[in-house]
Amino acid sequence: MAGFLARRLLNYLVLVAVAASLAYMLAATALDPRSNYADRTPKPPPAVIDAQLTALNLNDQVPLLERYAVWAGGVLHGDLGKSVTGSPVNDDIARRAGVTFRLVVLGMIVGSVGGVLLGALAAVRQYGWFDRVSTALSFAVLAVPVVVLANMLILFATWLNDRLGTQVFLVSGEYTGGLDTGFWGSVLDRIQHLVLPTASLSLALVAVFSRYQRNMMLDVLGADFVRTARAKGLSRRAALTRHALRTALVPVMTYFAFTFGALLTGATFTEKIFGWHGLGEQLINSIFTNDVNTVAAIALLAAVAVLCASLASDLLHAALDPRVRAG
Amino acid sequence: MTLPEEEVAEELTPGVPGRGPRRAPSRGRVVVRRFLGSRQGAAGLAVLVVMFLLAFAGPLLSPWSYTDRDFTAFLQPPSASHWFGTLQTGADVYAVTLRGMQKSLIVGLLAALVSTALAALVGAFAGYFPGWADRTLTWLTDLLLVLPAFLILAIMSPVFGEGTWALFVLMLALFLWMVTSKIVRSMTVSLKRREFIQAARFMGVRPVTIIFRHVLPNLSSLLIVDATLNVSAAILTETSLSYFGFGIQPPDVSFGTLIADGSKTAVYAPWTFWFVAGLLVVTVLAVNLVGDALRDAFDPTSTRPR
Amino acid sequence: MTPATTPETAPAHAPASAPVLDVRDLDVSFGDVPAVRGVSFEVRPGEVLGVVGESGSGKSVTASAIMGLLPSSARVSGSVRLHGRELVGARDKELNALRGRAMSMVFQDPLSALTPVYRVGDQIAEAVRVHQRVTKEQALVKAVSLLDLVGIPHPAERALAFPHEFSGGMRQRAMIAMAIANDPDLVICDEPTTALDVTIQAQVLEVLKKARDETGAAIIMITHDLGVVAGLADRVLVMYAGRPVEVGTVDDVYYRPRMPYTVGLLRSIPRVDRGAQRRLEPIEGSPPSPAALPPGCPFAPRCPLHVAACDEAEPPLFETGPGHLAACIRWEDEAASEAEAAEAEEAEKETQAPAEAEEAREAERAVEAAVPRGEPVLRVEGLVKDYPLLRGAVFKRRVGTVHAVAGISFAIREGETLGLVGESGCGKTTTLLEILELARPQRGRVVVFGHDTARLGPAERMAIRRDMQVVFQDPLASLDPRMTVHDVVAEPLRTHGLGDSGRRVAELLTLVGLAPEHAERYPQDFSGGQRQRIGIARALALEPRLLVLDEPVSALDVSIQAGVINLLASLKVRLGLSYLFVAHDLAVVRHIADRVAVMYLGRIAEIGAVDAVYDAPAHPYTQALLSAIPLPDPARERSRRRILLEGDLPSPAHPPSGCRFRTRCPKFRTVLTEDERVLCVEAEPDVLPVGEPAGDQGAACHYAEQLDVVQPRRNSR
Repeated sequence: MAGFLARRLLNYLVLVAVAASLAYMLAATALDPRSNYADRTPKPPPAVIDAQLTALNLNDQVPLLERYAVWAGGVLHGDLGKSVTGSPVNDDIARRAGVTFRLVVLGMIVGSVGGVLLGALAAVRQYGWFDRVSTALSFAVLAVPVVVLANMLILFATWLNDRLGTQVFLVSGEYTGGLDTGFWGSVLDRIQHLVLPTASLSLALVAVFSRYQRNMMLDVLGADFVRTARAKGLSRRAALTRHALRTALVPVMTYFAFTFGALLTGATFTEKIFGWHGLGEQLINSIFTNDVNTVAAIALLAAVAVLCASLASDLLHAALDPRVRAG
Repeated sequence: MTLPEEEVAEELTPGVPGRGPRRAPSRGRVVVRRFLGSRQGAAGLAVLVVMFLLAFAGPLLSPWSYTDRDFTAFLQPPSASHWFGTLQTGADVYAVTLRGMQKSLIVGLLAALVSTALAALVGAFAGYFPGWADRTLTWLTDLLLVLPAFLILAIMSPVFGEGTWALFVLMLALFLWMVTSKIVRSMTVSLKRREFIQAARFMGVRPVTIIFRHVLPNLSSLLIVDATLNVSAAILTETSLSYFGFGIQPPDVSFGTLIADGSKTAVYAPWTFWFVAGLLVVTVLAVNLVGDALRDAFDPTSTRPR
Repeated sequence: MTPATTPETAPAHAPASAPVLDVRDLDVSFGDVPAVRGVSFEVRPGEVLGVVGESGSGKSVTASAIMGLLPSSARVSGSVRLHGRELVGARDKELNALRGRAMSMVFQDPLSALTPVYRVGDQIAEAVRVHQRVTKEQALVKAVSLLDLVGIPHPAERALAFPHEFSGGMRQRAMIAMAIANDPDLVICDEPTTALDVTIQAQVLEVLKKARDETGAAIIMITHDLGVVAGLADRVLVMYAGRPVEVGTVDDVYYRPRMPYTVGLLRSIPRVDRGAQRRLEPIEGSPPSPAALPPGCPFAPRCPLHVAACDEAEPPLFETGPGHLAACIRWEDEAASEAEAAEAEEAEKETQAPAEAEEAREAERAVEAAVPRGEPVLRVEGLVKDYPLLRGAVFKRRVGTVHAVAGISFAIREGETLGLVGESGCGKTTTLLEILELARPQRGRVVVFGHDTARLGPAERMAIRRDMQVVFQDPLASLDPRMTVHDVVAEPLRTHGLGDSGRRVAELLTLVGLAPEHAERYPQDFSGGQRQRIGIARALALEPRLLVLDEPVSALDVSIQAGVINLLASLKVRLGLSYLFVAHDLAVVRHIADRVAVMYLGRIAEIGAVDAVYDAPAHPYTQALLSAIPLPDPARERSRRRILLEGDLPSPAHPPSGCRFRTRCPKFRTVLTEDERVLCVEAEPDVLPVGEPAGDQGAACHYAEQLDVVQPRRNSR
């Protein structure tokens, strides 16, 4: 078991290394930090620009492999390099990672729990009104990209706020700066900020999970073991929750690894649109500012996160299904 | 809880073909009939056809082209001369929206086609040839899954200048195929154990021939459905990328760039946002409906009424 | 529909008390399609009622209707009374209180019938707690004692196991334990042993008998296997096309059948106590679709006694004797012909058999003339195949080696059929696949048509593929569903560059008894038997010399199976084929094979001419296997003594030392002395000749001794 886990982790390490290196190479080739200096007035002399770029390990005059070697050496020591403004990428990332983490975790929990509940309910009353409505809604939601959904939510919130004459939903940032309303006041403020981004991130997830859970549940509803449970004398409700739902959860939980990458991308959009200062926002900004090191660092983190999710989903699978952890 | 559907079906139809002269309908015809018989499939297809007509024939109806600027009307609501109103630049919303739709539809269709083909080939070969071929292909698939697709596409965006949208399509497709490929692989592994594949193998049929003659046709329903759903995925990805300025580059327009611009003025000039957002949602919805109905039509065990 | 009411004559040992279950005019339909039509019967306490029918006869639907477990799309009418309480139309809450307490059910597939994510003990305890106010601990204690009752060793330990850690037989025992947890008055068993091997089936049937004795419950035993019911049931109900067509005591139905369908069914069963001398009599055609029943008697289109009057109206159940009902207007003729048939059969034995044997011998002589006899078409020597044993789906790793085939040798001569039999997990399919791969085996040699597979070039391999073809078990799975029958049959021709001429395909279809115009249809449009014929046509396309058949009839209904067996037998004679016939059903093998090899845990236990091995098996395993097969003959079933094997097949990853069979060997356990056992533990026996005169028959047992366990029937009745 331990040997197997070690081999798997090694494989993951290799994947992360290759992915991050590829991302670095691509970023270093495609992005042009030198152009950042072009608009400066007065225009600095080329020698100064060169010196500054070299200090940041961003000089395109230096061969790519050399830059890569410096960057990779730094990463191995836990140093992700410097951003175009000269600040260490580590500090920046550390500050922003928490923001993204909160958003993603919350979105994931709301999305998966909501989706599983909706899907299970829809399956139990197949072709009932609830099934039809939830199916139609999830189709509609799946047709709306996050960027449009987020903007629609903002429009809706502005409209509602206007109607009610008070700020119920806050659409920009994670919290109001300089607020002095005590603990509960700031909690309320945070929640007001939180609702819309979480909704825009998790709605699609709810739709996906509910469709998937519904199908898995329908597969299981006709299964022999549910019939056995009924033959024992269990009521329909007990047979469904204790036997069908529990078993149908297994494939759904493994599905979660597949959606994690999409969730990260969704978080990027959500952060940018709602003005949360997280990694996603940073990513988009850093591409515009040709910030090679920051881009590479975020790519590295994303790769690690995806693999962690995949590992977590495997472990979850093993925890839920005795057939998997057998032996 | 009850008698499983299949068991009921089995009890009810102990296949009696010899009886009656009816010619067995071909599978294709059955699928088409079932597809058109489902309300959502027919509706989705109809909407999709209308969307295509609108995108490609619609611009002919309007005097404005998407590059025209009406300097007498900036940010005007819909009127007789500008059916969907105008943008801040004076561009006709109807014209640019349809132009954006053309781009998005083409990008979506092509990217879906390429990615599904890729998924089918990689998955089938990985599943059929265990050993190093499987390991290499699976590793590549995993690598692409780990690479943050949005980031790579975004970094590459400076490369997608004018006229290079074909490259954009390829890159888009490159990040859409992995999950399907994994499904195709595992289905191939189980298909390979199926007796008709074994029979072909023991008959002396060459492996590559088996893949193309037996494996892929038997996955065709999955692939067709997947291709359909990839169309919507590609359109959505394109929209998101273009929204942030990483996709289709100006002066060309797509749904994404239009929505990005529109969302800024949506509060006081709703026509700049809602027309394009609405068309996008309706298009994707139609594609998804078609895909879902196709899935049902292909699935012989499905008994959904709709 | 049933003018004669079910008579009140109960079997001798059942007390004449009120019936536990009384079913009257039960109808079930799905949409417009009737699945069950007018079923009436009653079951008394302690009585076993066998419900026999082929797939599609409505027997499982009847069972589900009694339990109230039909899908909501089903329309049920008529009456089902449990202790006089009406169940049809009863509220779900009411039924919940009865299900599992007053009546319970054992399902066919023990793997899918247990929830995979819960421990077996907990699932049984749940059944207890649904109906009894006991604590969790008490329920678990009860579960353990129930597991003990159904004969699961170390029950306290095994109660903590998950269903996938149980073997098929153990799962079915657990299901039975669950069914009797609340001392029900009625247990419905829906094909409880169909998914199990014969020796395990014998064990489970014993457990069922024990459960009945323990609880005094009435049992409804639903099965397609006339043998299973013969020894267990008191009364039998035969179903056809959703209706009961014959009801009576087990002796009446088996010895004095009045419905031609029952007669046909009994004649079409391959029997382990009768050799190949007697051709099987298949029932023509296949069962009618419930959606399109013929106007009169549903069996009329297939009936040998068919007259015009049969098509006028569906016959009611006639009382043909005390407690014996049959739905045939010509039941009196059947009774009259019975006596004649008995005589004819005797006469047939004398005249027919030699004639057929002569025919076969003639064909053999023709073959002999063409090919020099001697060099076998297939020779296997010391074949070994190991698999890595992998564990876990997510964390997959190798935990050992499965010795699937551990050194077996046999040969098939031109024109000969070798039956390779054994229970699941014995390595017979692995052997077959190893031969078909035509690659160098891990150890040992495979020689096909004189070519060693280890030294084959691609061209030679291709040439051998042409001469050696395969027919698989599942006739649907072995045909590509996306291809028309024409494409399926023509594929070998195309592969070997012979062009896919429509004429050749038509010829082949005719050869296997299908119409040439079937070529444009798809496999799913055919019934099981017809699909298997398509598979055979494909295998014959290249005019092979050797056919490898992997359980070719085990997925088919009895009445269909007989037709395919007869087809294979006649093709062999006409085309001079050799067969390697892999099967788990010893009765089928007896009918088709010349020689038989019995496998156990990767080794050959016994090999020899069919009649020698079946009449005088020398290996204790062969003896147990043969004695476990139920005969469709109630009187003999009741008097027969079974050699019951203990426990399950050991894991092929850890075979016992010395003789592989010793852990379950009745001889080792009871007959041998301590000193004699040492040899079994220490030395693995080789296949050595047995019998007088020492000849073809060989057994891998240190203490082989011939013993007749089947006792071929000497007088017909």
